[in-house]
Amino acid sequence: QLLLFRLTAKRLSSTSHSSVDSKEMKKFQLLAHKWWDEEGEYSALHSMNDIRVPFIRDTLLSMSSNYHLGNPLSGVKILDVGCGGGLLSEPLGRLGASVTGIDPLEDNIRTADQHKSFDPVLAKRIQYKSSSLEEIVEESMETFDVIVASEVVEHVADLEMFIKCCSQVLKPEGSLFITTINKTQLSYVLGIVVAEKIIGIVPEGTHEWEKFVPPEELERLLESNGFSVKTVNGMLYNPLSGSWSWMESTSLNYAVHAVKSGAQGQPSPTDALSETEREQPSATAGTAL
Amino acid sequence: TSAVMAAVWARGLRAPLGGRLRAGPRVPFRSVAAAAAAAPLYDVVVSGGGMVGSAMAAVLGHDIHFHDKKIALLEAGPRKEYDRMPDSYSNRVSSVSPGSATLLSSFGAWDHVCSLRLKAFRRMQVWDACSEAMIVFEKDDLDDMGYIVENDVIMSALTKQLDAVADRVEVFYESRAVGYTWPLPSHSCDTSPWVQIELADGRRLQTKLLIGADGHNSVVRKEAEIKNIEHQYDQSAVVATLHLSEATDNNVAWQRFLPTGPIALLPLSDTASSLVWSTSHEHASELLSMDEESFVDSINSAFWSNVNHSDFIDTAGAMFRSAISLLKPSGTAVRQLPPSVARVDPESRAMFPLGMGHATEYVQHRVALIGDAAHRVHPLAGQGVNLGFGDIACLAHHLSAAAFSGSDLGSLKHLLKFETERQRHNVALIAAIDVLKRLYSTRLPPLVLLRTWGLQATNALPPVKVRFSLY
Repeated sequence: QLLLFRLTAKRLSSTSHSSVDSKEMKKFQLLAHKWWDEEGEYSALHSMNDIRVPFIRDTLLSMSSNYHLGNPLSGVKILDVGCGGGLLSEPLGRLGASVTGIDPLEDNIRTADQHKSFDPVLAKRIQYKSSSLEEIVEESMETFDVIVASEVVEHVADLEMFIKCCSQVLKPEGSLFITTINKTQLSYVLGIVVAEKIIGIVPEGTHEWEKFVPPEELERLLESNGFSVKTVNGMLYNPLSGSWSWMESTSLNYAVHAVKSGAQGQPSPTDALSETEREQPSATAGTAL
Repeated sequence: TSAVMAAVWARGLRAPLGGRLRAGPRVPFRSVAAAAAAAPLYDVVVSGGGMVGSAMAAVLGHDIHFHDKKIALLEAGPRKEYDRMPDSYSNRVSSVSPGSATLLSSFGAWDHVCSLRLKAFRRMQVWDACSEAMIVFEKDDLDDMGYIVENDVIMSALTKQLDAVADRVEVFYESRAVGYTWPLPSHSCDTSPWVQIELADGRRLQTKLLIGADGHNSVVRKEAEIKNIEHQYDQSAVVATLHLSEATDNNVAWQRFLPTGPIALLPLSDTASSLVWSTSHEHASELLSMDEESFVDSINSAFWSNVNHSDFIDTAGAMFRSAISLLKPSGTAVRQLPPSVARVDPESRAMFPLGMGHATEYVQHRVALIGDAAHRVHPLAGQGVNLGFGDIACLAHHLSAAAFSGSDLGSLKHLLKFETERQRHNVALIAAIDVLKRLYSTRLPPLVLLRTWGLQATNALPPVKVRFSLY
């Protein structure tokens, strides 16, 4: 099966922890205007919205007791890290959330700004900024209710630093949503060899298998940095129908929902769920919204 | 009909989104800022305020996921007040299926209809003028098979429910759209991604999704350059309000296939019925111009006369019927006699031409067609408005899910799902109605025999009968 690729640059940053690959940046520059072509290079990302938006929406609704079905995410402040052209920011904005989208590549931000400008409602609800995650930490301590990092962590140089920054800008008991690619033999064969070298659906060199993240490692890093992992779910892309679906196995793509521990106390280790657990999380103490 | 099928299957074989994204005039605005500032932006604009367009707007207006959305309904005619129904019945009526009634009750309109007036029927008897063949439709549990409702009653109910959501749905009366400008599929920097609508009085609107409910001569469909397979029947329908010779339960819908076309009597009350008589243009004009007594005589004769029978067919039919009763004793129903007509409401006679049509595509980027704009059928099956209501239920379902997922409402992804579902349902029915119309327009013995036996067999086979009437 085809693996999802997210053509986003590694973060631009003046700190010593991030690395910038100028070759990758050039590649993404060329494709910066292709974000919104639903049938183009990013078609798989567009169709990923069909499962990741309901996942985020339903998880947040299940943790909240006070919402209106006509405006389900009203009042929720979301940070979209590595927002690219805004493919995920816009649906979240339409559902009522106040979204801040950050991406290190200026051209991506330009595309995202320009696309939202035609819709007055979205233009107000979404703010884009060309920036890395570390750069906004200082001014955004404990600001956001939710962080979404979709198809980002497989491009990050220092994953633990990334998670620490997420924790810093997230309110206590806030939610972190991650979608990424597993590091398995299968993901090497299908994601790199087949997709890049044989069929050529993914431009060669887009992904480095070494940087793929196994869910066990992601969970370990999350749990040891103040997060409690609530849900891990496998995702599958069908290139024939161009659609995504959930699956039990996380050997290819997968999604994670984690909650930052509350103001008092550490998250208990028993909160961690096995990777075969189903989608709906059980209600945690208190609400995140 | 084969042309219809070919067109539809050819459509389906093409790549899912390929070649679909745009046809039609593409004039990007030079100054987006100015245009955007001048033209209000709606989430959905429904063009056409008839029964189907009004119901579409009302359904969306009552949908919880559209709570914060802006919807507009464009209607070329003036707003009609339906405060009081006149005592006499209107000559334009529709047969509303139980499924359509469910849709209407989902947003509170059916209650209004019931409080005004309607007539439920429990049974449908359909028979041939050229033979004894007959088929009877009825539900085992004596439930209502359908309802005969005046179109004005439906419109009154819809208008009331539109008023109830006036904060979400803006109705523009006396507003005709004269031009549409389509967006480029993946727009570049300075072009608006929305559909631009220009009204006759110069006002402009923008919308994320345009729904064309503007009838079989749909302007939306033409402007979107969507090919339409159409065929004018050489028939017109004559409608009138009739008064029966004597009061009866009148809960049966009657239809007899004459060689010139089907004549139907649809119950309005215990003493009144509505006439829908499809016949040649010349005969229709004759019926309209003759005096009332002759008109009534023609109707009674059409239902009662056996002049079109031939001995050959009668014998063949009788043989087949005895064969069936051997195999399936309950398979031949009792033939009831239709009521006789005493007089016609003056001024209630009218005629309109008939045709069939089917759009090769129901959707394009930011455009969807529903009702007669997408498909036009012969009234012989009483399905016209029900197909439209079915379109509404399906499209509203997909739009509601799209809204709840934060999707762009005009995106082809969910519009194509609507199209596939509805074409799958509609094409078979539209083709069947067209075939029936042609099959029953002849006196040729082989075809009469075919349809005689076919009708008798269908009448004897419960599963086939139930399926046909489930529509």
